[in-house]
This record gives sequence, C-alpha cells and structure tokens, in this order.
Amino acid sequence: MRRVIEGSHAVAEAVRLARVQVTSAYPITPQTHIVEILSEYCEKGALKARFLRMESEHSCLAALIGAQLMGVRTFTATSSQGLAYMHELLHWAAGARLPIVMAEVNRALAPGWNIWTDQTDSLSQRDTGWIQLYCEDGQEVLDSTLLAFRLAETVNLPVMVVLDAFYLSHTYEPVDIPTEEEADRFLPPYAPRFRMDTAEPCSFGALVPPGDYMEMRHDMALAMEDALMQLVEIEGEFTRIFGRRHGPIEAIDCNDAEIILVTSGTITSTARLVVRTLRERGEKIGLLKIRLFRPFPAAILRETIGRAKKVAVIDRNCSFGAGGIFAQELRAALCNLDPRPLIYGYIAGLGGRDVTPEVIEEIYRRTQSTDRPEAEGVWIGLREAL
Amino acid sequence: MLELRFHGRGGQGTVVATILMAKAFFRAGFEVQSFPFFGVERRGAPVEAYVRLDKGKILLRTNVTAPDHVVVQDRTLLQSIDVTKGLKQRGWILMNSPSPPEEAARFSSFRVAFVNANRIALGQGLGTRTHPIVNTAMIGAFARLLEMPPLEAVAEAIREEIPAHADANIRAAEEAYRTVCL
Repeated sequence: MRRVIEGSHAVAEAVRLARVQVTSAYPITPQTHIVEILSEYCEKGALKARFLRMESEHSCLAALIGAQLMGVRTFTATSSQGLAYMHELLHWAAGARLPIVMAEVNRALAPGWNIWTDQTDSLSQRDTGWIQLYCEDGQEVLDSTLLAFRLAETVNLPVMVVLDAFYLSHTYEPVDIPTEEEADRFLPPYAPRFRMDTAEPCSFGALVPPGDYMEMRHDMALAMEDALMQLVEIEGEFTRIFGRRHGPIEAIDCNDAEIILVTSGTITSTARLVVRTLRERGEKIGLLKIRLFRPFPAAILRETIGRAKKVAVIDRNCSFGAGGIFAQELRAALCNLDPRPLIYGYIAGLGGRDVTPEVIEEIYRRTQSTDRPEAEGVWIGLREAL
Repeated sequence: MLELRFHGRGGQGTVVATILMAKAFFRAGFEVQSFPFFGVERRGAPVEAYVRLDKGKILLRTNVTAPDHVVVQDRTLLQSIDVTKGLKQRGWILMNSPSPPEEAARFSSFRVAFVNANRIALGQGLGTRTHPIVNTAMIGAFARLLEMPPLEAVAEAIREEIPAHADANIRAAEEAYRTVCL
C-alpha cells in the first residue's frame, strides 16, 4: 500500500519487514529518526528484535558483530562522525564476512560543524569491504534496504544503504510498503552456514599467517565482484514480486547523448528534470545514475557511457588533493578505452548546499563550452569571499 | 506543481502542519512531498517547512525558494522574517491573526487571508494560552483558500498522524475552514 512516509521511516519499514533480530542504536542527527521508529516498533512488538542502546557507534557495530556471529539478522544506522568512529569495525565486519546491514544518512564531517548532506562520510569508507548502495527517493530507500539483507546474506559481505540527509531522510513522500507476506516471499529467514554454537565449536577471528591471509582476502574480493551479478539476479526476483527495479546503474537518454551527466543520490532526481527540459530543446544530453558504488560497476559503465564525447560527474563529496570521488572512480574505469570520453569533475552541494536545476544546467553548459576539463574537480557555486 | 511554505516557531507544530497537508493532498489524489528546512531548532525559534504537490511524480528535490502560497503561523515572525521572499504574485499569505493584519498594505501584490487560529486552538484545548498548537487550524483554513484538499481528506490525515487528539484537531480544522477571512 502506498503511504506518505519519511525517508527514515522507509528504512525502518524495510527493517521491520526483514524481521531483523538485533538492532543497536546511538543517536546522531540526521539518522536518529530511523532508530527512534525502530525502538517504537520493538516496544509495540511490531518488530521482535533486541533493541540495544549503546554508549557509542563503535560499540553499536561491535554489538552487531557479536550478534551476527551467533547467527541472527542485524541492523544499525548512523551518520558522519558516527560512521567515522565505527571505522575500525567496518573493516572487521567485512573481513569476518558478516552480512550486517546499515543505513548511513549522509552528513557532512566536522569541523565546521554541519548536520546537512554530504557524501564524504560514506565514500571515505569505500575500502572497508562494505557494499554501498546510494538511494534517490523514499521508495528506493525501502527497496534497497530490503534487498540489502538478501544481497548481504548471499555474498557474506555487509551492506551500507546510503541516503541524503534531509532531502531524503526527512522528506515525506508516497512510498509503496510491501505486505509481510510479500516480504517473506522475497527474503527467507537468515540461515548462515557458520555460526557460534557450543554444540559445534569453531574459532572466529583467529590469527591468520601470511600463508592463508591472502587467500581469505582474495575470497573477499571475489565475493565483492560477485555482488554485482547477485544484485542483478536478486533484483530480478524482487521485480517479479514487487514490480520495481532500480538496477546497479540507470541510464536515461544515454544512447545518442554527447554529454552525459553522472549523479548519485537525490541529485539524480532533480537532474532528471533538467535532462527532460534540455532534451525538449533538442540538446543531446543524457543522465547516468550510479546506485551501486561498491562493487564499482565499471564494465557496465564502460558499456553505457564509453561512447559519449563528454561525461560530467557531479560529486557531493571531496577527496582533498584528488577531487570528487565518483569522478576519480569513473576516470579509472574508462581510462583503457580508446577512444574514451573526456571526464569533467564538478564538486557541488557540500554541507547541504542546494543543488538546483540551475546548478545542474550550469555544469552542463560549462562542460559544453570547454574543450578540455578545467581542473580535476571544478567547484560550483562558491561564494566569492568569506 | 504547487509549492507551499509554512512559517512558524519551534513548538507550534509547523513541520507537522506540512506533513498533514501532504497526507491530505495525497488522499485527494496528488503526488506530494513535504520536508522541513532543518536548522538548529529550539522552542520559539523561526522554523520553515514546505509542501510540494503535483499530478505526476515529483522529481525536484531542492529547497522551495519560490512558493505559490505561504502560511504564517505566528504574526510576530513578520518583525524578523520576510515571509514574502520569492512568493509568486497573487499568491496567498494566510496569517494566524484575530483581525486584518496591519502589514497587509505591504502585501499588495499578494492575496491576504487571516484566521484566529490561537482562539480556535484554545477553544479545542490544544496547547496552552501562551503556546496554543495552531497547526490543524491553519491547515483547515488553508483548505478553504484553495478549496482543496477536501476537509474529509484533512480529517483523515489528522487521524493518521495525530491519533491521540484527533477529534479536537479535526474540530479546529473545521472551525478554521468556516471562519477564515478571505
């Protein structure tokens, strides 16, 4: 049934439908609504989970690592400094091959203290071994969260479902909420092959010498690579049950496009409007949305946008000294193509600054009117002096 | 697409007003979006929140800078905030005020309506004399301005969002619908 709910609520609904058994919580804006709703569900019995109030985000993930090892389905949510504080255990959760699901509400890192959206928090965790899905609207938030459990448990890697602060987390819009029966058909109970069990004792997280460590890491790399095909396959089943598909990427008007915009998160939604308007005026513009960031869908991207003349990447994030992170990843994915498009990197919307249709059109015009990219990352909409 | 901006103060239920409005319009067959401008809100501090509605899916995900209509839940905001910023010509300014607002002269390029939401809210026992909860009265009055959403949709939205005091809030919305001065 379609109901008007908040992005945070869409996460919580998916967690309820996934019949999560343990959830841990530490408040941080703008993620707090997610765990507030979950605590209500646990109190009312709508979700039969242990709700653990922890003393820090580091402990939140530590608790889930322990719980998941016991063979139960787990979930937590965080943002920004909270995610940074979890960093060590992000590696641990992935290395231990635990299919934990986390919602990460993008919030700028401090200082300056800022609660608004910015992707640098989640993108700076790109090498931890977590699958990352970036969401565009409330429906995709619910669908991605539900799918995340199935995907995580298929490849034994944790999944981070990423959503923009406020533009998504605090925005109410109609979202189709599946029934429990539908969700159960899609997501069977968690049944891990290995778990902590005194009847069948085995050791977890033990010392691994050089003779074995590399093979374990190679297994992890293979699992991560496999996640792309698994996502496509699982989403096929998702589509059969729920009638919706979001894909690892989505290409809009890319076939004959001379300039393709690349976006993620809610900027994609606004960019759809810009592309629609400019197409009506005869401009050869396309739009490519990246939903799956880890594993990076390089082969599909080469196939989809490799023939364009110019690609303009809008990054709501920054890796200092290297520019926007999606732009870097895309350059690496396309560099061995010949011919290959020019990659223009733009940094916009940091710390919650609005990315309006005008900002997106400015990026398009700037790409159109320059023969070569002006810099690794061109900052858009800066005020002249502070 | 129509875009609405609500001005209020922390504690007046401004954000809830936009959620109710979105839910009511959704029940009336519109696609909707509502969200607050999130700052470091405290009780009494100025708050803004928005509603978008359209016949098709709403793709725009930016702040509302050029609203079609505005709702002002607290007249004292006029001293510190330009509630007409970006407001489209002929747009409605709905004020919570017992009498025609003195500022109306400044708003000559817009349409001004007022409703005594404080009195209505207190009459229904919503809030206290110093902190009346005026949001449901304001959305009831707003529904009269555009002749949408229908009052039944407003009532259903109230029942969904604030079940604990639904009846008093519905009565407040109905009274404001009847008594708003256009």
